[in-house]
Formats: sequence, structure tokens, C-alpha cells
Amino acid sequence: MEIIVCLKQVVDPELPARDFAIDPATRRQVREGRPLVISTYDENALEVALQLKDRVGGKVTALTLGPQGVAGDAIRLALAMGADEAVAVDDPHGVGLLGVEKARVLTAAIRRIGRFDLVLCGCESADWVERVVGPLLAEALAAACVTFVSRIELRNGALLVRRMADEGFHQLEVRLPAVLSVTSDETNRPRLPKVKDIMTARRKPVQVWPMADLSGTSLDGDAPGVEVRDVALPERTARCEFLPGDAAAQVAALTQRLRDLKLL
Amino acid sequence: MTGICIIAGALDGKLSRSSLELIGGARMLQGPVGQEVAAVLLGHGPGLAEAAADLHRHGVGRVYRCDHPLLTAGQTDAVLVAVEHVVRRTRPEVVLIAADTVGRELAPRLAYRLRAALATECVELGVEDGAIVVRRQVYGGRALATLVVRTRPAVLSVKPHALDVPQPAPVAGTVEDVSVAIDAGALPTRVREVLREQAELGLEDAQIVIGGGRGLGGPEGFALLAELAKQLGGAVGASRPPTDAGWVPVNWQIGQTGKTIRPALYIAVGISGATQHIAGVTGSRTIVAINRDPEAPIFSSAHLGIVGDYREVVPALIAKVKELKGA
Ligand SMILES: Cc1cc2nc3c(=O)[nH]c(=O)nc-3n(C[C@H](O)[C@H](O)[C@H](O)COP(=O)(O)OP(=O)(O)OC[C@H]3O[C@@H](n4cnc5c(N)ncnc54)[C@H](O)[C@@H]3O)c2cc1C
Ligand SMILES: Nc1ncnc2c1ncn2[C@@H]1O[C@H](COP(=O)(O)O)[C@@H](O)[C@H]1O
Repeated sequence: MEIIVCLKQVVDPELPARDFAIDPATRRQVREGRPLVISTYDENALEVALQLKDRVGGKVTALTLGPQGVAGDAIRLALAMGADEAVAVDDPHGVGLLGVEKARVLTAAIRRIGRFDLVLCGCESADWVERVVGPLLAEALAAACVTFVSRIELRNGALLVRRMADEGFHQLEVRLPAVLSVTSDETNRPRLPKVKDIMTARRKPVQVWPMADLSGTSLDGDAPGVEVRDVALPERTARCEFLPGDAAAQVAALTQRLRDLKLL
Repeated sequence: MTGICIIAGALDGKLSRSSLELIGGARMLQGPVGQEVAAVLLGHGPGLAEAAADLHRHGVGRVYRCDHPLLTAGQTDAVLVAVEHVVRRTRPEVVLIAADTVGRELAPRLAYRLRAALATECVELGVEDGAIVVRRQVYGGRALATLVVRTRPAVLSVKPHALDVPQPAPVAGTVEDVSVAIDAGALPTRVREVLREQAELGLEDAQIVIGGGRGLGGPEGFALLAELAKQLGGAVGASRPPTDAGWVPVNWQIGQTGKTIRPALYIAVGISGATQHIAGVTGSRTIVAINRDPEAPIFSSAHLGIVGDYREVVPALIAKVKELKGA
């Protein structure tokens, strides 16, 4: 099984609010001095890919798009976790591309990587949360598409996936090649690389492809039809009233409030 | 190219609530653009007649009805074939799609095929100076991005439960049956099974929701919340760590990745209040937080706060509610 995993490098999404700021010039989050990590669900996607490789054999290639230099860390971590090969597409403009543009570049990169059975993405990038890159790749690569997948299984040559759905789960049979986006559950918690793996990963090669070299193919699309006008921090309005006393007093006060609100 | 077209799903036999929410979104775009609102109605069986009537009741005049045995829960590939067929024929300027299980696959794929402008997970839609402007949450709910949609056609997806279901505004509408050829054998995915796994009361419809977090320490804590939910007549949900740990099913998750809820009352128990969690609950009318850490960020989003150990507070609350109900 040849698997490509798309990984985005983002500022740690769980940093406290005081470390969060928007750069008015780029209309994006300030990255300087903040720790960068692999976007949350992309790590789950990588874990799913590695588990599949452990079971049926094959190769896992990690693919990232972003400004080079900082891109190194995410891709090295992917190698340390067990990816066999790594490709980093260098985007000199930084971090401002929207999903439609990113999908074009990633499509060109995947074509250049060549053969694949599966492309795995995260279900959403932790920063911009568009949830579009996976489905757009599926269309561009003429592959099957399923999003919010938590489990993948190969049975008698058929790919079976479990999709998280509003009403529960869907069990789907999927034709290859396919692009799947992955969400987290208890079966795909990302493995922690051992020190030895981190050392070996340093010696594994990372191919760096300038983004400009990938144009001339699927990059020549239209300009994106959508433009980011601004990114604002909403004001918090709720003022919390603490209910005083011991548990009995707190609970008595709470139930009184619920009665006032006609909820009890 | 004219008009606004909403994609109305009745894949479970009945018009989905998020489809009705799209009508509210369409009305926000109408104003100066003065556009007609039409709907593509998808599903199979007798429920579609009532669904069409429901659309008319909410002001949608023209309904294109696609009735096909493959248009059922989870069949995105079939839905895509049907929607692409109708939209290519009717050429709307704007297509609105609910970002539910099917819609979040449908919107980008349809946009790709139509070479349309694409904005997903919108929580606000509007027209400013003649241009379509949408807003969406970014950075884990810490910020709100404003996007200007420059080109047409445009495919916009709307986050479920972000918009209100509009008041009825009946019109005398028409229903046109569109027959679409869908070749089951040609679809790259096939739904083998739909596993319904849900609390007795749907999280998104419950008026009272109790959310449990990592602070519950394990599945036993959720048994306690279930008891409280039973007494209050509510549903139980969770933050991400309990679903990641397998304490409760993944689709109980509330927040950015999980569900958006807007109950009258949300009680967060043992939840710290990360922005990604808060993103799914800000529409709740009253938020109560129970947490033993007085500095927990949840208290800056809550209306009422109880600082304490849930293992004391929740049993006391259950007992008190029982006592009051008995009285
Ligand atoms: C891209 C992305 C998407 C995400 N999507 C979601 C999402 O949809 N939903 C979601 O919830 N999270 C989501 N998260 C995760 C989110 O950032 C937080 O990690 C998560 O919400 C924390 O869950 P928690 O509050 O239960 O756990 P913690 O942050 O560990 O908080 C546990 C709390 O329990 C309290 N506590 C401990 N013991 C007790 C006790 N005995 N009694 C009372 N209180 C106690 C503690 O004081 C603490 O405040 C997402 C993160 C990312 C990066
Ligand atoms: N810059 C990027 N490089 C590699 N993969 C990406 C990038 N941006 C997005 N992706 C992939 O697409 C998924 C969905 O992103 P989004 O559409 O932005 O929510 C992510 O979880 C990644 O797997």
C-alpha cells in the first residue's frame, strides 16, 4: 500500500490566549516565538497510515506545504514517527494560502511523487479549519473521497472505513485510489517517537521542492474567488457569577436559578 | 446565472433541520441582490412531499425534487451526482449547503466541478456594498474571519446550528420532479451500514445538555452525568479527551470538530474551557460550569460558576433535583 499523508505545520493550537495575536498585515496568526507543531488531526492521519503499513506493508510518504526552514520540524517528526519518505514544498509567501490554492499545489506535488493508493489528510487544519483540502484533492486526483474517517481496514482487497456522522457512524466500502480525511478516536492516538527514532530521522532525506517548480501543471487555475478581508478577535461578554458556599449551598442556589429560568 | 439555491436534504426521510437553517441564510443574501430562492430536495420515498411542503411554508417557491433510492443517509457520491445535475441545469449564482456529514464533502467537491468560489463552515452571511460577505471561526474559535466572495458561481457551506430556523413565510410554490440517472456500480463509495449511536435524546435537539470533560477521570463519571441528565430531561455530551479515550462515543463530542449545540442550558462538568470546546457551545442561553479550579478558563465563558469537585457537587445536585421534583 502506497500512502501519502498531508501534514500542515501550525502554531500549537492549544497555547493560552495570551500567546495569540493576529498580524494585521498578513491577516494571519503571528508565528514568531510560538512553538510549531503538526496540525492536530494530521498526526492522527499519520498514525492511521503507519498502522495500515504495519499490517499490510507498503510505504508512507509525508507531504507538507509551507515556508521552508520552519517546515523542517514537522516533517522530521513525521519521519521519526515512522514515515519512510518526506517531501516539503517550499512556499516563500508564508502561510496565507487558502484551501483551494493549497489543494492545487498539493495535487501537483502528489502527481510528482507518482503512484499512490491512499492520500490521508486531517479532517480539518487546526488553524484555518476549512475542511476542504481532502475533498478537493480527491476531485483533482479523480479518487474516491470520504471525510471524518476514524478507522480503516483492508478486508479481502476491499477498503472499509468508518466515518463519523451526525447520527452515529457510517461503514463504507471505498474503491482505491482514495483520499480520506481522518478524525481522532481511541484507536489512532499518535505514537510518540523514541529517542532512537528521532536520531535515525535526522539522517533520512527530505526532498524540498520550490513551489514555483510545481506550477505549469495544475497550478494554473483561476485566482481564488474568495478573499480574506479581516480577522478579528470577538469580545467576550459573559460575566460569570460564582455561587458561594459548600456543595449543598451551591446546589440549592443553582436549582433556584434553574427554577427561575423555568428549566426545572 | 441567477438566484440562490439551497441544497435541502431529506436523506433520513424528513427535511433536516440544517436545511431549514439554510433558508435563513438565503434570506440574508437576498436583500439588495433581490434573488429568488430555490431548493434542490434530495431523498427517497413518501417523506419528500411533506419536505417540499415544508420548504414552501418557509418561503422557498421553486423546489427541484430528486427522488432516488440511493439518496439516503451517507450517500455523498449519489448526492453529488444529483446536485451537480440540477445545478448545471438551473445555473444559480449561489449554492448554499449545510456543513453536515454529507455537506462537508459535497461543498468542496461541487465547487471544484463548477469552478466556483468556495467558503465553508460559515456562521454569518450577508451583503455589504453589493458584495457577498461571510464570516467563519478560525484559530480554534479564537478569531472570526471575514471573507469577501468575489466570483460567481459561489458555493457556501453553513455550519449547522449557527443560524436560526426562520419564521414560516408561506408561498404558493411549485415542485418539479427531476429524474437523475445514478449508476450505483459507478460510485466509488458504497454505504454498507449506518450505525446509529446516540444518546436517547439527540444532543443537537436537547434543551438541556450536560457536557463531561477529562476532569471526570473515566467512564464512571459519565454514569453520574447520565443520571443528572435523566433527572433534568437532558442529553449528555463530552469534550474531546473523553471521546479520544473511548470513555464515550466519538459523536458525543461538542466543539469545533464535534457538534455545535444551542440549548437553553449547558452544564460543563470537569471541562477547562478551551476555545475549541467553547466554539461549539456559545449559542447556549445559560452556561453553568462546575470545575474544581477557580482559575479555569471555562469560567470566563460561563454565566454561573460552581467551584468544587464534581464528585460532591453532581450527586448533591441530583439529590436536590429529585427532592424538588418530588415536592
Ligand atoms: C483542531 C482542534 C480541534 C479541537 N476540537 C475540539 C472539540 O470539538 N471539542 C473539544 O472539547 N475539544 C476540542 N479540542 C481540544 C481542546 O483544545 C482541549 O484540549 C479540550 O477541550 C480539553 O478538554 P477538557 O476540558 O475536558 O480537558 P482539560 O483541559 O484537561 O480540563 C479538565 C478540567 O477538569 C477539571 N477537573 C479535574 N478534576 C475535577 C474534579 N474532580 N471536579 C471538577 N473539575 C475537575 C480541571 O480543573 C480542568 O479544568 C480541539 C483541539 C484542536 C487543536
Ligand atoms: N499546508 C499544508 N500542507 C500539507 N497539508 C495540508 C496543508 N494545509 C492543509 N493540509 C491538509 O488538509 C487537511 C485539511 O485542511 P483544511 O482544509 O485547511 O481544513 C489538513 O488536516 C492537512 O492534512
